[in-house]
Amino acid sequence: MGEFKVHRVRFFDYMPTAIRAMAFNAHTERLALGRMDGSVEIFNFADRYFQEKVIPGKDSRSIEALCWVGGRLFSAGLNGEITEYDLETLRPKYSLEAYGGPIWTITSNSQGAHLAIGCEDGTVKLFEVLEESIQFERNLDRQKGRIISLSWHPSGTQIAAGMMDMIRVFDVPTGRAVQRLLVDRGFGGSKSRETVVWSVVFLSDCTIISGDSAGKVQVWDGHTGTLVKTHLVTKWDVLALSVSKDESSVVVGTSEGTVIQFQFIAPTLQQQQDKEWVRTRTFKNHTHDVRALAEIETAIVSGGMDTQLVVRPLLEKFDERSHASALRKIQFPHRNLVFCAKKAGLLLFQFPGQLELWRLGESDGHGKPGDSLPLKRKPEKLLHLKRKGEDHICCSALSSCGGWLAYSTMSSVRLYRLQTDNNDISISKVPKLPKILRSAHQLCFSSDSSKLFAASSQSSVLVIALSQSECKYVHTLKPKSGSRQPIHLMTNSVDGKWLATANSDCEIHVYNVQKLKLHCIVPVYGSCPSAMGIHPTTNNLTMVHADQQIFEYSIVEKQYTDWSRKLQKQGLHNLWLDRDTPVTHVTFNPKNPEQILLHDMHMFCIIDQSLPLPDQKTQFYNQMTLRSLSEQERPSHLHAFKICKTFQVCFNGDVPGYLPCSTSSGPSRSQPFPPNHRGLGWTSQSSTGQHKHTSLITGAYLVVAALTPDRRRCSRYSSSACGAHTLSQSGSRAPRRPAPAASEVGVGSGHSSGAAWIGTADLDTHSP
Amino acid sequence: MATLFEGFTLCGLVQTSSASDSAIQGIELDGDSDHAVVTDSTRAVTLYKVSDQKPLGSWTVKQGQLLTCPAVFNFQTKEYVVVSDNKVIRVWKEEDLNLDKAFKATVSADVWRVHSAPGGELVVLFQRGAVRLLDSLLSAPQQPIEGILSEKEVIRWSTNIVAEKQHFVLFTTEQRGEHFLYVQRLNPNTLQKYRLEREDSGASPLSFSASLRDKHINLLYLYPNGCVYQSVVAVRGPVGLEGVQALPRSLRLRLPVGEGELGAASAVALDEAHVAVVGMPHPSARTGKDFLCIWNTNFQTLQAGKEMVGRIRGQVWCYLGKLFVPHGKALSVIPYECQKSSLASALGKLRHPGIAVSKSSVAIPSWNTLLHGDQPQGPTKIVDTRKSKLRRKSQSAPALTVDQVLELIKTGPVEEVRREVEALVSRGDAQDLQLSVGRLACQLVARSQVETAFYAPGALARLVQTQCLCHRVPFLRWAGPLGFFFSKIMCPDLLLLALEHKDYFLCQLCLQLFPDIPEVVTCACLKTFIGVPDGDVEMVSLEPDSVSFMEGLVAAGARGGQQNGFSPPLFEDSCDPHHQPKPPQHQDKKNPTLQLEVCPVGLHKAVLLNEVLQTPYSDNLLVPHLKDLNAPQVILFLQYLQFIYLKYSQDVYTQTPVLRSPTMTQIIDWVCLLLDAHFTVLVMAPDAKGLLSNLQSFVKSQVKLFSELGKIEGSLQELHKMKPSKDISQYSIEVIELF
Repeated sequence: MGEFKVHRVRFFDYMPTAIRAMAFNAHTERLALGRMDGSVEIFNFADRYFQEKVIPGKDSRSIEALCWVGGRLFSAGLNGEITEYDLETLRPKYSLEAYGGPIWTITSNSQGAHLAIGCEDGTVKLFEVLEESIQFERNLDRQKGRIISLSWHPSGTQIAAGMMDMIRVFDVPTGRAVQRLLVDRGFGGSKSRETVVWSVVFLSDCTIISGDSAGKVQVWDGHTGTLVKTHLVTKWDVLALSVSKDESSVVVGTSEGTVIQFQFIAPTLQQQQDKEWVRTRTFKNHTHDVRALAEIETAIVSGGMDTQLVVRPLLEKFDERSHASALRKIQFPHRNLVFCAKKAGLLLFQFPGQLELWRLGESDGHGKPGDSLPLKRKPEKLLHLKRKGEDHICCSALSSCGGWLAYSTMSSVRLYRLQTDNNDISISKVPKLPKILRSAHQLCFSSDSSKLFAASSQSSVLVIALSQSECKYVHTLKPKSGSRQPIHLMTNSVDGKWLATANSDCEIHVYNVQKLKLHCIVPVYGSCPSAMGIHPTTNNLTMVHADQQIFEYSIVEKQYTDWSRKLQKQGLHNLWLDRDTPVTHVTFNPKNPEQILLHDMHMFCIIDQSLPLPDQKTQFYNQMTLRSLSEQERPSHLHAFKICKTFQVCFNGDVPGYLPCSTSSGPSRSQPFPPNHRGLGWTSQSSTGQHKHTSLITGAYLVVAALTPDRRRCSRYSSSACGAHTLSQSGSRAPRRPAPAASEVGVGSGHSSGAAWIGTADLDTHSP
Repeated sequence: MATLFEGFTLCGLVQTSSASDSAIQGIELDGDSDHAVVTDSTRAVTLYKVSDQKPLGSWTVKQGQLLTCPAVFNFQTKEYVVVSDNKVIRVWKEEDLNLDKAFKATVSADVWRVHSAPGGELVVLFQRGAVRLLDSLLSAPQQPIEGILSEKEVIRWSTNIVAEKQHFVLFTTEQRGEHFLYVQRLNPNTLQKYRLEREDSGASPLSFSASLRDKHINLLYLYPNGCVYQSVVAVRGPVGLEGVQALPRSLRLRLPVGEGELGAASAVALDEAHVAVVGMPHPSARTGKDFLCIWNTNFQTLQAGKEMVGRIRGQVWCYLGKLFVPHGKALSVIPYECQKSSLASALGKLRHPGIAVSKSSVAIPSWNTLLHGDQPQGPTKIVDTRKSKLRRKSQSAPALTVDQVLELIKTGPVEEVRREVEALVSRGDAQDLQLSVGRLACQLVARSQVETAFYAPGALARLVQTQCLCHRVPFLRWAGPLGFFFSKIMCPDLLLLALEHKDYFLCQLCLQLFPDIPEVVTCACLKTFIGVPDGDVEMVSLEPDSVSFMEGLVAAGARGGQQNGFSPPLFEDSCDPHHQPKPPQHQDKKNPTLQLEVCPVGLHKAVLLNEVLQTPYSDNLLVPHLKDLNAPQVILFLQYLQFIYLKYSQDVYTQTPVLRSPTMTQIIDWVCLLLDAHFTVLVMAPDAKGLLSNLQSFVKSQVKLFSELGKIEGSLQELHKMKPSKDISQYSIEVIELF
């Protein structure tokens, strides 16, 4: 098919922050994930673990615990506030000071009527959940020492509270402490150190299970307050506990990165009546502390300092192998953080705290496949733009001409004019933005840079006209459906006529920008779109969903195209459907209108619509085979999906035109450690001449940013996690073990890149 | 085999103003073999009669003129030739008194050297590389002289060689660090240029020396790093090759240069196997680089050395068995002699009166006598200098021959035997010492065995001390039938005899000096040593070095193991904090820690045991004999081994450099051997319980150490593996191909 030049960029220095808390809503099958930087992510477990919403973090916010009450999400943190989130506007609805010092934990009773929080000052505070807010009800008996963990008895009449060196059981109606369970300290040197009961669960048979800083998992009888069994599971801390819905299994997470399962079973086959808690399985999927756990119906979900979310399926719950029975690691956001200005050859990197603008390097050499070309010009960092205010950046955009730059936080949108002459770059903030433009979920410039589209609340889109002198509010595009969900994808056509938006309700609206009105609604599909793009010449909208289905919809004809119908009729290859990361970008090869480029975290794919679709018996990943075949034999083996796994790609820019690549230097995906990454990206410009296939793709740019773990930063970041604890004036909580995982990593294998981002850009019009 | 004889001063030297210039330009031969023509660096040429050390004549140029080339003797015309002020050639006869009145001719170009050789005509080498016969030059002095060398090329050294009626002029040049060799043939004239291989350091050769051998010209040159290279140019080599050829070289000798590089040094080939080097350090002397040494290039051995007092100027000439070395304020003449190297002479069997035998290069103590001795030395010099006084005394008495002494041994009283043996051994002229010592020892042992009353400890000790009973030739081990003879047959009897008579001093000597004592004898010694009461052995005088070593070791323990007030933790403590050694009550009432501090055997006994530890042995042969020891002996020996092991492993005792002291490895090996031989016995013996558990903790600590080292190794290997990741750059543009 041809050769491409790939710009491999490794300077995208993005690092997700550690996972601090999680809460699973079994009713909606949504998992809420809280990170150290105060951001909250919502994963839809019913839709292939798709990360459908991200609430950006804030400097002053800290999340120590998360809690669902029905469909409402609450968090509490060491800043002493309880926060409820508005999942439609993706911002905190309100924050409430609890007046009890730092809050260590928050939990709701099974009825969803009350919230209990554990405070530094030793109080357990009960809040009543009202329609629109929560209201303080009363304190339970105040204790000496902080309340670290809480668990309601399913009946709602008792609460178990994990404290320092003990567990207290409260009677909720009276507020009295009815039991006092003393927890032993550790052996040897840790004898003098208080034991922190990091987590408790209160089962319906009044069994209390606790995990503590001495490495013990203990089973107590809540009626009598007696210790039933002690399991010493680690030298370090047992940090997290989670019980399954039927209370037959408990999982614990340790500082060693292990997750250990306990099951309530009979020890021998004969005595089926006498069940006890038995340690059964140990999973090691983390390199650092496991800070958050959830046991869901078919899997154990864990997260921690190494920043990755691991979904470990319980294989006994599956009858046959499928995508759901595979171990899933979610390492990076399911959205783009790299944007490419295709005409100017610029890259924009979005970090929570800043934006970075880079100019790509150049090379005029030619080389054989597999070669690295000599650089004529090195890449250059043009701009480092720090955000203003406490709120983290939630979206950003770069116009394709490189003249405009915009970003939005929860509280404001900022627009900048960029001017580059030769090597100088000047940036000026555009003053007086229209008042209506206060925040945006997505930002997007039209291809001629004359308009800025900002996704606003209730799936509406603000259209702002840009000119040298001023920027003016033009119109608000509103969907007919009246959906209140936020827009998470937005794309426009090259001819400037069409704008497509997708929201979390899986609705895709197509607007006619020239007429400023809704053009059509794409039939709603059950899975959330993860990427979409409008073809530059045919104006067909290509959508890829979280469940890996691909649709092509003709905007002009308002119907699915023939190719899309054919694809749906024949069905996608199982290997395609079983991939575990969603496609995060769709773009098109400007030189060959029949080629669509897709990528996810691990691969590129070029779909050539002129070639036959692969059926289930076809060899799906066939690039190696094709390479070994002669030119005559090749055509008979070609199929539409050309997949290249060379570069681990996970992000790309806002570009049309797209190509796959093949791997050269081996970033090993088996490396289980993603937390810190060097950014890595590249662009490819297909070589000209020389090769007879080349002309197909000349002028396309391909940008890949790969993530390489940076060990030094890993340890730093895990120590900063400790810092968060010390901040809470808790002398005993501060002495954490000195990050043992860091040393494990130190002797671990050499380099690896966890993943990569890719962006492609059409440089057609930019060719000098 | 080579010898440097006592030298003498030919003449004093004028101190030159500049430090680098030598006072002597050159020394040439006269028609008379005992004459030397010495040209000094300024204006004078002196003719010396070497053996008389007196000048026969002297010629000087006028004030303001300068001799620029050493005077040479024209063997055909019996005239002397010298060049003054580069261009003026002067020719005179011995009768001429005034050089100014002699024949003069001014040539048109600067002369580098005039060379003469017996049987050849005089040759003039110009500074620009041209060569003329003196006769033809003098017939037309102003003839134009062509320049052969390029502009920056300067001559460094030149010589001429006459071979098979072919006359060669060799000269080396230097041009920007490159060195070239020119070989100019006369009649017909051809010039061949060779390039010398560059030395790695880029240094220039310090000296050249050319000699003719087997129709080849051998060029020997010395570099400051001590390498002596040889290059060979064929006399009838391929003539007419154009251009510069590389000159292949071979390393003949690598001199030990000590610290730094050689400054002013010079090497001259004496014959095919020997090289005289002046201005190098002596390998066994620490002071300065002012030795004249003769090296054997075949065996790479130092044959003779002599210290040259005063500054060496890196000049040496060699004529007719004499080396001329200017040093300090004198020009010394040192006669030398080189013998053909042979295995026999290396063994010392060949008689070479007045020549140091190869043993001198082997036995360490003899170096000093060899170096500082003035006269050529015989093998007796090897004997420890302490005995020299004794020797001189005995020399005055009428000396008996070997056979006479043998007869005497058969019947004579102990005291007389001792005296005569001593006299015989000390006598310088006993060249056949090897054989005679062997025979004497045989005779003495035989008589002692027959006649129990007769035992001559002094005489035997004296014989053993000659070290002739066990001849050790390091590089000729296979060729020592004599050595095998004595070590295999003589020594067991001698050593056993000494044991029998409780002559511990002799035992120690034998253990120290005999290279291969059978394991059965070693074991017998061990058994005797362990069994002997401490009181008996304390009275015996033993070799002082080993005694003082042992004293130091015991004293270190007596200090209470404290160093700077810090008491290092005991072995058991460092090994395992929970392990408390609990020796059986009946074994020793003392505190276990105290027990470890105290040496379980007496001082002299310990010295003897140390000798056993250091005796070479082979495991398989030794273990069966070790079984002869009984349990208390084994336990005592193990305790002793444990004691010195602890002494060694505690850092309290910092080992002083002693020639002979058991190494840690030897101690451990012996512990292993003992355990191998007696394990079942030891397990059963209640006395050994504490000992065994202590030993087990040694092993544990070793295992622990090695496992820790293994871990470190693993980590380091991981680090090693991590390196390749660095080559991935932050940014690259790569080409991929898709199908």
